[in-house]
Order: sequence, then structure tokens, then C-alpha cells
Amino acid sequence: MVEFRHKTPLIDQLETGPWTSFVSDIKREHESRMENPKGIDYQFNQDCCDDLLGVLELSYDHGRTHWKHGGIVGVFGYGGGVIGRYCDQPEMFPGVAHFHTMRVNQPMGHFYSTKYLEQLMDLWERRGSGLTNMHGATGDIIFLGTSTPQLEEVFYELTHNINQDLGGSGSNLRTPSDCMGQSMCEFACFDTQEICYQLTMEYQDELHRPAFPYKFKFKFDGCPNCCVASIARSDISFIGTWRDDIRIDQEAVKAYVGGELKSNAGAHASRDWGPFDIQKEVIGLCPTQCMSWDGSKLEINTPECTRCMHCINVMPRALRIGLDTGCSLLLGAKSPILDGAQMATLVVPFIKVEPPYDEIKETVIEPIWDWWMEEGKNRERLGELIKRQGMQKVLEVTGFKAIPQMIQEPRSNPYVFWKEDEVPGGFKRDINEFRKYHQR
Amino acid sequence: MAFISSGYNPDKPMEDRITDIGPRYYEEFYPPVIKKNKGKWLYHEILEPGIVVHVAESGDELYAIRCGGCRLMSVSHIREIMEIADKYSDGYVRWTTRNNIEFMTDSKDKCMALKADVLARKQPGGCYKFPIGGTGASITNIVHTQGWIHCHTPATDASGTVKVTMDTLFDQWENMKLPAKLRVSMACCLNMCGAVHCSDIAILGYHRKPPLVDHEYIDKMCEIPLAIAACPTAAIKPSKIDWNGKKLNTVSVNEERCMFCGNCYTMCPSMPLADTEGDGIVLMAGGKISNRIDAPKFSKVVVAFIPNEMPRWPTMTATIKKMVDTYSANANKYERLGQWAERIGWEKFFEKCELEFTHHLIDDFRDPAYYTWRQTTNFKFT
Repeated sequence: MVEFRHKTPLIDQLETGPWTSFVSDIKREHESRMENPKGIDYQFNQDCCDDLLGVLELSYDHGRTHWKHGGIVGVFGYGGGVIGRYCDQPEMFPGVAHFHTMRVNQPMGHFYSTKYLEQLMDLWERRGSGLTNMHGATGDIIFLGTSTPQLEEVFYELTHNINQDLGGSGSNLRTPSDCMGQSMCEFACFDTQEICYQLTMEYQDELHRPAFPYKFKFKFDGCPNCCVASIARSDISFIGTWRDDIRIDQEAVKAYVGGELKSNAGAHASRDWGPFDIQKEVIGLCPTQCMSWDGSKLEINTPECTRCMHCINVMPRALRIGLDTGCSLLLGAKSPILDGAQMATLVVPFIKVEPPYDEIKETVIEPIWDWWMEEGKNRERLGELIKRQGMQKVLEVTGFKAIPQMIQEPRSNPYVFWKEDEVPGGFKRDINEFRKYHQR
Repeated sequence: MAFISSGYNPDKPMEDRITDIGPRYYEEFYPPVIKKNKGKWLYHEILEPGIVVHVAESGDELYAIRCGGCRLMSVSHIREIMEIADKYSDGYVRWTTRNNIEFMTDSKDKCMALKADVLARKQPGGCYKFPIGGTGASITNIVHTQGWIHCHTPATDASGTVKVTMDTLFDQWENMKLPAKLRVSMACCLNMCGAVHCSDIAILGYHRKPPLVDHEYIDKMCEIPLAIAACPTAAIKPSKIDWNGKKLNTVSVNEERCMFCGNCYTMCPSMPLADTEGDGIVLMAGGKISNRIDAPKFSKVVVAFIPNEMPRWPTMTATIKKMVDTYSANANKYERLGQWAERIGWEKFFEKCELEFTHHLIDDFRDPAYYTWRQTTNFKFT
């Protein structure tokens, strides 16, 4: 029987109920470390999991956290990838007195082989707490808790033995992340994994060495369903779309109407919603009313379609995305800190997504970075800079022409900041010449 | 514990240093059926909650089974996942964007054997190690932040609030009975690591007391101008204080202006906000990230404050359950929670969900606030 030093009556109540329990899991790791059947020479405190449970119990008792700010820790030459963390009761919980996090750049799409996972687990069991996050909110594999001397050791082993680098943190390019994309999903309009990987590799310097005013995120959604939430949380949001017709299999449409195929790929199967009604469930819910069904043929008026995905989601075996695919680029999403949340704003309605992605890099990413690095204030996200200096400035620095797709509606005030070169004759005028015709 | 060197030489940090190599190339982790059929998938179908078959143009099939996971995961648990993946899915496994584990098999038989196997695996207290579900019109796993496990700014715990919420909503995880998918997200302070601000239901930790000022230490521990500049409402000013006969540099906080964001604390550890009574939960509702039918939406604050009730937050889970059940009983097929609330009107939403409406719920934060007030006579009596 493995002993637990700390009594944890509060958090023990999180070990019941059907959902999987993180408390039971941390206890399991403690038992594994104390029993140590493989005879591992632990390089970080063997009893750290017990102390972590103790800290957590204390927080459940106090209703307050017991972690301090990160100190400046990291690996040589990198400004990101490690987050320092110290406990504010180190005497009570020496096993987690120093408990730094390392961010490991996840493989795109979060695909793993067990061979690779085993290398990561062997390393982290020996040199860290044996606890991870799979995954952090940005997408990285999170190694949760180790000491300062182990940071370089972990990094050395990661790079030398596992061919694997750290991810981003701080005021730099954060680890880009993507949806499963074309690997498993028929809705994906571009190869999210490939562009995510290639841009991660292209911008390694920006990812590891903070030179930005604040964090900067790329996220890649293969279609407008936005499973990776790029539109809500990335500075450049890549969302797959297409320009041609939705491909229709009329026989499959009839199969949905006839009830042989289940609507929305079976997503509603646990409840009886009555027989499928194409008029009500597809045609009637189409936001642009660009579809019609005459009982034998489904028609879509493509120029009116905004590609919202509803009809495709409902009838995936009858409707497929078009063949002329690419992505839309939207800029400036962020969560509420500091000035309120912002959704990303559409700047490029359509761009092809093809290696080596020069057009995306040269006409969007790099001009935007140049502007933001020049004008952005400390801790100002791109979206806030866009709000402060205006969409006109985005057009100026990228050279894109203003088009109505960029807005929901035109401005309702006429306060246009006309520029001198837009007005014939410019702003320089002669008051004496004016006075010849207009008395004082 | 004897120190074992990896080979790194602290005296010569640049010796043999390898940097900027990025992640491993994803393709080496694709199961063969994905490598072969990537970009050529024809359709997918949810066979039962948690199990999805993907069918390729080639006729190949891929069965994916979705298991809930704690975002916080031990090496031992991951080794168990590896054992399952080796046994049933040729040593491949993936995680979803919402902390679920997906095992991929090439036959339905293997998939069903895997299902029976993992459902029999329980933790000592009876919790499933690998609950199956989270597909289609259901509630999938809650994405969340670190909370009291590992963060310096939380106003509540993350893993614990998620555990009790998923226990409460487990029926909607295991079944696909809702009008549409319902995404719950959790952030333990308003820095909101992750996209909780666009979720059908968001659980948010919030502070309600202005920062304490550790006058004796602030000038030694912090760059005072950075703390002042960090305040979004300009509530912090430089000041001086007499301290044991010495004049010390410090700050003063205009408490009426404080919005409790904790940005000063992020820049300056001498300004902590955490407080037992002050801290607790905000509930938000009606957001989404999908462009389906209408544009993505922000979540709206529907409950301004619920106290932290450790260890199982009963008021919070009961309030969430009431919202989910009311939505489920009233919304149309395909209608997301926010779309339903907008169709019936938010005044009706509060009535039906039996939520008290208080002045805290009327926006008063800067210009966008005006656009959330009602400028029409079209309203419903409740």
C-alpha cells in the first residue's frame, strides 16, 4: 500500500460520478512513482504528485490558488516554451516547490504513434512530474512540473533523442494548430496539417525568440464549421472555403428524403424528431434561400450561396464541398483581455492554399507583422491595433483593395478622414486668394 | 536521486546544441488507412454515440471511437492508452481539439471489441477511465484551463468544475438527444486561455475584489510603471507611503474603477486579487464558433456570480443543468442555444431558464455596451 502524506477529504469527493477523475489519475501516478516497478532513477521529486494533491486540497479549503508567478526560467537561446511556476507554501509542499511547465510542439492534427508517445513518456516520467496536459489550449503537449536544472536536460533529450522541439509562449508566435482536416474529414477545403507544419517550420525564429508586442496565433480550420475555433482566438484565422458549385448527388438527396439515410450523419439519432423534412430542415433553414427542391431535384443557386455548411452538414452523403477550394483569411481575433473580445475580421475572401504558400506569406503574414511590430504597443494584440488605427490601415499596409465582403454594412456616419492626395488640388490653399471672393 | 546528465554540458551550452527543428512531421503518425485516403474521404456517419465511420472514395473504412479524457493526464494513464492503441489500432491514436482521445480501427469488429474493453476499465471510485460519447447533438468534453492545479491567477478551479459539470451532464455526453451540439468551455480567470467567450455555455472564474497592495515590497518586486500601464481602466496611480519612517514608492488603486481583470497582478506579484468570498463563477451562454446558418457569436453573461462551493459546486451545476434541459425541451432541431435564445428573445430565455435578471447583466463596458441595449418597442412581456 502506497502512503499518501496529505489527507485530501475535499478533492477525494471528485473521485465519484461517471466522468473520468483527474484526482484518481494523479493518485495513480503517485502510486506508480512510489512503487517504481521499473527502477527509474527519478530526476525530479518522486513524491511530487502527493504534494500536488496536497496543494490542491489546500486551495479547495481556502478557495484561493497557492501558485506564484513564473520566474524567468527557460532554455538557453529561447525566450519561450517554458513557464516558471513556484508554490507559495514550499515548506509544506517541497515536492512541488519548483514546478515549471514545458510546452512541447504537438504533431499536427494531434496524431501519435505509440512508439513516439513512449519516448515522450519515458522522458517525462524520469525528468518531470509524470503529469501532462493533453493538450494545452493552444495545442501544445504540456509537460507539467519540473525543476530548473531539468529544463536543459529535457530539452537536450527532446532535440537529440526524439527529434522534437519546444512550442511557443510569451510575446512570440504561439505554436500554430489545426483541425483534423483532410486526414479524416471530407469537409476540409485545404490541407490544414501541411500548411500548419510548413509555417511552423518557416517561422521557428519568431516562435522561439519573442520579438513581438504580444502573442500571435495562427489557427487552421478546414471549413466554416471552425472546429479549432480559429475565428474566435487567432490573430490570423485560416478558414477553408470554395468558389464553385456544391457537388450534388441527386440520388442521395432522394435517399435522405425517403428516410434511407440519416440526417446530419446520424447526429440526432438518440431522439425521435419525426421523419426528415427537406423543406423545413434544409431549404427553410438556408440563410440565403438559395436552394430549391421540387420533389425530385435539388437546386442550389451558387452565386447566392455563402457556404455556411448547414446543408452539407445535414446531408453529407448528398452534398459535397466544391472543387475550387482555398481559404478565407480573417485577422485579429482575441479573448476579452484587455478591451473586450474580438472576432476575426475578413480581409482576404479567397486565397489558394498551395505549397510553398508564398502568396500568403508575402502578401498577408509578413506585411501585417511589419506593421504590428512597428506600431503595436506593449501587450497590444493585432485586433486591438486594427481597432485603434482602423481597417483602412490594414488595407494600406497590405495593399488590398477595399471590397464590400470585408464589412457587414457600410459606415452610418459620414466622418471620412479624407487624405490630401484623394482631394483634387490637395490641402494647401491660399487664404488671400480665398478672401478675394469671401469678406472677413 | 543521483543527477544523470542527458549529455548537456552547462559550461558549454552551445556545444552540440540542436534548435529550431520544430515538431515531428505529422505524416509519420498517420495510420496507413489515413495516409492512403487523405483528402479522398467521401462521407462519415455516426453509428452510435461516440463511434464514427469514415468512408473513402476507395471504399476503405475507418472506425473512430471517441473517449473522454481529462486534459490533465498522467504518464500511467497515457501508457494505458498506448496499450489499448497497440492492441486494437495498430499503435496509432489521436486527440481531438477538445481533449478527447480517438482510437482508429479499420474494422467494425475491432471497434466494438475496443468499446467493450475500455468501458470495463474503471478508476477505484467507479469513474470511467474512458467514457464514450461526445459526437453529434451531444455535449462533448469541456475544454478548460489550469485552475488551482498550476496557475497563479485563477478565481476558481478548472479540473474540478469540469469534473462535476461532466458528471451532471453525462447523459447528454452519452446520448445525442439535444437539438444541436452544445459546447461547454471553462476558463478559470478572464484571461480566458481558450475560446470560452464563444461557447454555448461558458464557465468563467471571476474575481470581485480589487488588488491588495503589498506596499513594503512592491517597488522591490515590480516595475511599477508596467503595473500602472497594464490597467485597462487607468485605475492605478503611482503614490508614496510612509513605512517605518521611510518613504516608499507604491501605487494607489481607484477601487470604483477596478474591473477585477488581474492584469496588474500579471505584471506585478505585489498586487494579488485572490479572495475566498470575492472569487467565484460567472456563467455565460449563447456563443458559437461555427458559421453554420449564421455568424459566430460571443457568449453573453447570464449569471453574474455564483460562489465557489468546493468540492462539487452544486449551485453552478444545477444552474447549468436547468439551462441545458430548458434549451433541450424548447429549441428546434439544429438550433444552437444562442440561436434559440435570439429567436425567442433574451427576456424569454431568462423566464424559461428561471434565471434572475440583475443590473450586472446590462453591459456598461465602453462603446459596445450601447449596441446591446434595446432600441425598439418590440419586446415580449414576461
